[in-house]
Order: sequence, then C-alpha cells, then structure tokens
Amino acid sequence: MSEPISVLTQRYDVPDAHTLAGYERTGGYQSLATAFDQAPTDLVSQVKDAGLRGRGGAGFPTGVKWGFTPRGTGKPTYLVINADEGEPGTFKDRELMERDPHQLLEGIIVSCYALESERAFLYLRGEYLWPGVRLEHAIAEAYEAGYLGKDIKGSGVNVDVTLHYAAGAYICGEETALLDSLEGRRGQPRLRPPFPAQAGVYGMPTQVNNVETIANVPHIVQHGVDWYRSMGTEKSPGPKLFCVSGEVNRPGNYEWPMGATAREIVEVSCQGMLDGRELRFWTPGGSSTPLLTGAHADTPMDFEAIMEAGSLLGTAAMQMFSDRTSVVEAARNWTKFYEHESCGKCTPCREGTFWLSQIYDRLLEGRGRSEDLDLLDEICDNIFGRSFCALGDGAVSPIKSSLALFRDEYEHLIAHGRLPDGIEAHTDAVDRNSGHGRPEQLVGA
Amino acid sequence: MSDPSTNGSGPAPEIPAEVRAKAEEIVGRYPVKRSALLPLLHLVQHAHGYVSDAGVTLCAELCGLTKAEVGAVATFYSMYKREPMGEHLVSVCTNFACHVRGGTAVYRHLSERLGVGHNGTTEDGRFTLEHAECLGNCEGAPVVTIDYLNYEGQTPASAADLVDRVAAGERPTPTRGFPPEGIRAVQHRLAGLGPAPDGEAVVAQAGRASDQARADDGAVPIPEAGPGVTPVTIEPTFSAGQEAERERARQAVRDAGQDPSAVESGAGPQAREFPTTDPDWEPTDPGAGATGGPADDAADDAADDDQEGTS
Repeated sequence: MSEPISVLTQRYDVPDAHTLAGYERTGGYQSLATAFDQAPTDLVSQVKDAGLRGRGGAGFPTGVKWGFTPRGTGKPTYLVINADEGEPGTFKDRELMERDPHQLLEGIIVSCYALESERAFLYLRGEYLWPGVRLEHAIAEAYEAGYLGKDIKGSGVNVDVTLHYAAGAYICGEETALLDSLEGRRGQPRLRPPFPAQAGVYGMPTQVNNVETIANVPHIVQHGVDWYRSMGTEKSPGPKLFCVSGEVNRPGNYEWPMGATAREIVEVSCQGMLDGRELRFWTPGGSSTPLLTGAHADTPMDFEAIMEAGSLLGTAAMQMFSDRTSVVEAARNWTKFYEHESCGKCTPCREGTFWLSQIYDRLLEGRGRSEDLDLLDEICDNIFGRSFCALGDGAVSPIKSSLALFRDEYEHLIAHGRLPDGIEAHTDAVDRNSGHGRPEQLVGA
Repeated sequence: MSDPSTNGSGPAPEIPAEVRAKAEEIVGRYPVKRSALLPLLHLVQHAHGYVSDAGVTLCAELCGLTKAEVGAVATFYSMYKREPMGEHLVSVCTNFACHVRGGTAVYRHLSERLGVGHNGTTEDGRFTLEHAECLGNCEGAPVVTIDYLNYEGQTPASAADLVDRVAAGERPTPTRGFPPEGIRAVQHRLAGLGPAPDGEAVVAQAGRASDQARADDGAVPIPEAGPGVTPVTIEPTFSAGQEAERERARQAVRDAGQDPSAVESGAGPQAREFPTTDPDWEPTDPGAGATGGPADDAADDAADDDQEGTS
C-alpha cells in the first residue's frame, strides 16, 4: 500500500507560496548553495543516480539525456522548459506553475548550472495566461533578489530566463516541433538525428525538459539520491503528480510515489467514482496512451508496470470513465482532437486522422458498415510507426486499444445503429455529472 | 478597445508608433530575431484584434522575413485569428474529460444564446465564441474561459449567466486568475509585455513585463549555427557578368534584324546557355565540386579559382 506524499506539492496549501517571501520562508532556494559547491558534472551524475525519468511523457532518464549535451564546444548551451502542456487530461504543470512558480525557477537555475547553460527559455502554452502571470511575478522577484541574472548570489553563475508564450498548437509539445516554434516557425517536428542535445534551438546544444522534471531537480540536489530513491520503484523512483479527471468524485492533481495503483489514487484521493459507478475504461497517461479497463485498476502506476499492462505511463493523466460512458464516443472525440492538431507534415497522420474521424462519425450516426472495424484497424496500422513523429502513434492508441478491449460496443453499434442500453454518448450529461468537490478558488495577483 | 475599424468595417488598421516601439523591444530580447515572431503576432492582435495585414508587414520587416513566411506561421497556430475578434473571447473545452461532464452541451447552449458558431463573432462585436481542445483544466470540467481566464464547473445555465453578466459590464471573478479585461488587453500580456497600459488599475496590478533577459544574455549564437538558422544562398543560374554578356549578344542579334529568342530556342538546348565559358576550359578536378561540407571548402575554393581564371 502506498500513501500520498508531499514533495512537489508541499507548498500547494501555503497561500503566499507563489511569492518570493512565501517561498523562502518555506525553505525555498536552499539547493542553490549545495549545487554551486559541486562541479556541474557531479550534479548530472546525481540526477542520473537518482533515476529521475522525464515527466513529459516519454520517461527517458533525465541524467542520461543531460549527459548527451556536449561541453566545452565554445557554443552556448540552452535549456528549454517544455511548458506546452496540451495532452488531453493533463494539468499537472499548470497547477505547479500557478501555485509554486519559484520551485520551477529554482530547478531551472540548478539545471542550468549543471548543464553549463546561461540562458533558459520557458516555452509556455499560450492559453496558460494565469500561470504565466504568476511566473512573470516570480521571475521579476527572482531577478530583484539576485537569484536570476548575472553572478547569482556572488557565485559567478549567470542564468537568464525568457518567458515565451506560445500560440495554441498541441504538436509544439513534441520537443523538436517546440524548437521550431521557439525559432518563430510553424511548429513541425524535425528529423532526428541530430538530437536537440547536439543541435537544438539555433543549432546549439539544447536540453528540452518538462516542467515537473525540472521541479524534481532541486529536491534531488538538496536531499540526496538515497532520499529520492526511497520513493517509488527501483526503475521509476521519485514522487509523481497524477492528474485524475473524468467521472470521479474529486478530480485533481494528487502526488503519490511512483508505483501507487490507480485504485488507491481514485479511492483515497478522489473519494471514488461518481455515485458509485463502475470503472469501465481509463487512460493511464493521457489520450495518447492505449486505454486500460477496470481490470487493470491494480496495476502499479510506474513506467514498467503500465507498459507490461499494454499501455504507457505518459504524463500520468488518468481520465477515468464509467460503465455509462461510450468508449466509441471517447475514441471519436480524441480522434477529432488529433485531426485538428495534426501538423500536416507527414501524410499518414494528416490524411489518416481525417479518414478515421469520418468513420467514427458514421459509426455513431448509425451508418456503420460491417467492414468499418477492419478498415479502422488497417488505417491505424498505416499510421502507427509510419508517421514522422509520435503524434500519429498517439492518435491511433485509443482506437487500437478500444477495438481490442471493447469490440462488442463497436459491433453493437454496427448491428443496431445505436449504442448498447445504459451506455450514452454524453452530449447532455451535465445534470448527472456536475457536482465535483473542489471549492477552492485561486485568484488575485 | 472597441474601435469599430477592428470589427470588419472601416479602413484597414495601421500600426501605431508606440506599438512599433514595443515590437522592437520584443525583438531585442531574443538571440535570433525570428524567435520574436510568436510574441509579435500576439502584439499585432493586441493592436488590431486579429492578425492584420499591416501587422504581418511589421513582423516581416522586424524579423527579416517575407510576408508569406509570416502568414505561414500565423495560420498554423489556433490562437491567431484571421478575422477581428470581439471584445471578449469565450472558449469552451469540448475534449472528452469536459465533454463527459457536459462541455459540449455548454458549448451548444452558448452558441444558440450568442447566435454564432465556432470562431464566430456576435454582431455587436462583444463576443467571439470558440470550442477549444483540452484547456488543461480537466479537474474543473466542464471549463469555460473568457479571455483565457478559467471558470470551472460550468453548466449551460451558469455559462449563459456568465456571458450575460460580462455583457452587462460586470467582471465576474473566475475560478483561477483575475476578472477578464478584454481579449486585446490579454494579447498585450501574451506578447510578454505585462498588463496593457489602458487596462483597469485593479487588473493591471497582476503580471509584469518579462523584459529582463536580453538578446545577448547567455552568449550569442555563432553565425554558423545549424538547422533552421544557416542562411540558404541560392546561386543564380547565370552570374551578373554572364547575364550582361548574354544581353549584349541578344542585342547584337536584334541589331542584325532577327529575334534573339527565336535564335536561342532554335539553336537547341546548348545554345540556351550562351554565352558559354571558354570552350577549351575543363575543370581541373571534376570531383571537387560535387562533394560538400566544410572539409571540402579548400578544394572548392581551388576549383572556383580555376574557373574564374579561365572564364
């Protein structure tokens, strides 16, 4: 049995944690002195030994990724923070930046020192106005207090941060598309290699890291590798923010050690499913990860166990849906999302998502054909692994998995032209579904 | 804020001097000018409520791009609008976590109430409505944002009430953020410039300009920078000298009373390339020019020298 923990979220209940005064009072910026006493390469080793894995979806070991950055090339190195949180169901970075922006800045300073970078870009999703305003304040305060800028607190370390608002494109969460977008181009992914570590923004060595990943770094530096590894599992250590949404009583961000089960998180933190509904299907890491069923609720939420169960941990965005909700409707909704967000660079994704979307429309309008399921399957096979970046793979994940796990619902739709009894398409589900228990407001400067 | 020229009628808007000054300031924050393009387009939307032609021209000028290149970028991102927005932008999330709690019902109700569809603006110019993809606030589903400020847990009735109150001049407090101040004031913030100067005092306290880091902070990229930065030089088919010589030859044909184009095309494909270099000239090292890369520069130079010497 796991218990909820409080590492990244430790200041979520401190009303003034977003101010410098509140952050310093609660132990903020204390990792800087520890970090600056060590060689940058030692910090990289620490992050590697701690086993920190990227929290943006791929789960690649951060220390290993940092190790790819060449040193002493005479070129500047850049740190780019990926705050383009767009994966459906994901909202962990938003709350982290809203409630504790200085924690991210502290992570940026330590990470820049470890990477010998003097300039960080914070690529923030354009719709995240309020997190942006909080970050603007935090950055200005950090500059005034000497935590950012030249010669930080007399250490000789320079770190400058630019907050960069993006403009609404899911694909820019893909790291090479993000770099193109940051350079003022259409956000389309680049061919790799070269990897961003060698040639990223402006062709310079660049590290692109997720917000939550960077927020972990000061904790590792301050409290050590052993402390960090005391949480989570052997291969997926550390604390993790789980964003739970959908048909649960209290949706929200909950911090648990890696390896907690979905059942624990939903029962303890979310107070169960809405009016005792049964869990039917859920995404363990956003809509780009294959669906799991109620039978998978006891799978530990870590990278390995979820992969064994046939899905991916992704961003740990757990969207929980009940036995009253149509999985075909869910797949159509997400397919329309990918259709809208496909960047148009490669044909399988650009064309395939449109075709898939049309098939879903006719299925749910009662015009489904008997050959449609095989057709869906075939189109998916022609997108998966054949598109330029992972967006195409993500787009077919809910389709492939729902076809495998809930084929009966598809077949019922084709045979009868309507959903099975008791399952709804949820266009007017408001009355029964509203009433979650989050009274908190977060307002003011 | 409600300049009628931005709502479809009237003369095409121009860029005021103070907006141009702000645009130049934004460009000064980035190691490479083009990086300023996304914030610049937000600034254009602050000035005009949409990506105007004058705005595209300004961006192209400041970033050293063509208008077509700026247009290609502006049409890629969903936050840049090609039609003037109303005073307030109302976005309703209809992705599945919101949909399952009624997001689509909220959208349909608002659409009926306002009498507009996706990306439509009401006739009085007060509201633009859109259905949005996941807004990253799934714990508050269904979520409606007004000027990108989030109102959680909406129902069709509460969302309609919200819009009515904003229409009546009220500033309802959102679940997270501050009362909405109009989409164009928000665009000023998204350009990285902090609160708009004409915003209300109570709202203007929130947010700062992110103007600390400058272009040359953290070292400047060296010019040989890699993908996306290296300027591509396209060699003309004929050099300027060759073109002049060709024109002289064409003039000589004209002087002789014949049509130079007919002579050129009638003489077969080889004649189209005249004037040729010295017919006796042969490359000293035929392989040298075919390879690329910095390592071959010396060999290339040598070959170039030879060519120049004989032409």
